[in-house]
Amino acid sequence: MAQNLGKYFGEKKIFNKVTFELTEGQSLAIIGPNGSGKTTLIRILCGLIRASEGSVIYTEQNKSIAWENLYNQMGLVGPYLELYEELTAHENLNFFSRIRNLKHTSNWIDELMSRFLLTGRENDEVKNYSSGMRQRLKYVFALMSKPKILFLDEPTSNLDQQGIATVYEIMAGQRKNGLLIMATNDPADLKYGDFQIAINT
Amino acid sequence: MEIFRLQLILRSWYIFQKDLRQEFKTRYSLNAILLFSIVTLVAVSFSIGTFSASPEIKSALLWIILFFSAMSGLAHVFVREEEKHTADTLKLVTDPTSVFLGKFLFNLILLFLLELIIVPLFFAVMNFEVTGAGIFLTILFLGSIGLSAGATIIAAIISKASAKGALFTVLSFPILLPVLIAGISGTKIAVHTNTVRAVSGEIQMLFAFSVVIITAGYLLFDFVWNE
Repeated sequence: MAQNLGKYFGEKKIFNKVTFELTEGQSLAIIGPNGSGKTTLIRILCGLIRASEGSVIYTEQNKSIAWENLYNQMGLVGPYLELYEELTAHENLNFFSRIRNLKHTSNWIDELMSRFLLTGRENDEVKNYSSGMRQRLKYVFALMSKPKILFLDEPTSNLDQQGIATVYEIMAGQRKNGLLIMATNDPADLKYGDFQIAINT
Repeated sequence: MEIFRLQLILRSWYIFQKDLRQEFKTRYSLNAILLFSIVTLVAVSFSIGTFSASPEIKSALLWIILFFSAMSGLAHVFVREEEKHTADTLKLVTDPTSVFLGKFLFNLILLFLLELIIVPLFFAVMNFEVTGAGIFLTILFLGSIGLSAGATIIAAIISKASAKGALFTVLSFPILLPVLIAGISGTKIAVHTNTVRAVSGEIQMLFAFSVVIITAGYLLFDFVWNE
């Protein structure tokens, strides 16, 4: 639930009075021109930056969930989020799996790697990946904890047709079984959003 | 509570391991601080000569070399996260305290590695001798904890600024000055004596500084990391 969210950089208003409520099994598309604050809103919703005003509350059985308990329940894919390029894909995923205390995930990670056509490239350093492969690896990272809430910022950027099809499958599944929040300018993505928020500068 | 503490230690350990693995692949920080310290040591030995300086001056030079060498590489642990856009990824998966403790441990080990190489080299090149080896090592150990803890929290602050390098040294100097003063004073005393009582003031000072700076880092890091 977002209540009266607002963000200002100095005197400049990015957006204000953003209020919405979503429940499990719903999805939201945030739309707006470049620079309107879609990414800023996504970053606030997943706790990466603080809002200048208002609040974001996640609840389960009418009890609010503390941010520190949300680490394993959130997944984010965005252009500003990178994995460690000096490490291999396997080293990255192993690190994130251990730090999030995820157990018995190796089969699930293998399945995701296969789904995103990265099988066989696990031991390559991420710096040797193409931009499309990096984007696919970000999806593996975001989905490895089977998140209840999935944030996607420009979900299909840098992906080929096959990658886009896989992402749409993921979005459809997430919309059914969890919560999907995306920021996009691509009209094709909008069919996966039950609700839309338009941000205008 | 015990489980929480254990998980915090584990997460800090994983971050330390990740940073260590990255460092072994790039060797950026290690190369920076080692090369800086060796070049400074050679420059100092050429400019003042091996025998002309008193042990007191040499004690000061040792700590100045250690301080500025540390300044040349210890900020990288956070600067790398910001510049490579991995800071947000880390924020998304773990709590700030684990990040602070993991990065502090990494900087501490890096500083110990530097000292393992540069201190014997300094003793050999500058013809420097201490009577109280145990006292000297205690001062060096406590000083390193203070230096790396202070450098870690300051590195996190400056990593978001544009003039990172200059800002790091300028901000660190006044904050870490007590370590420098106590370290130099303790080393001077260790040159002449091996009586612990003679350096009790310096040891207390370094210990107190380390406790204060680690506690301050622990409490403040959440704000620094999330702003």
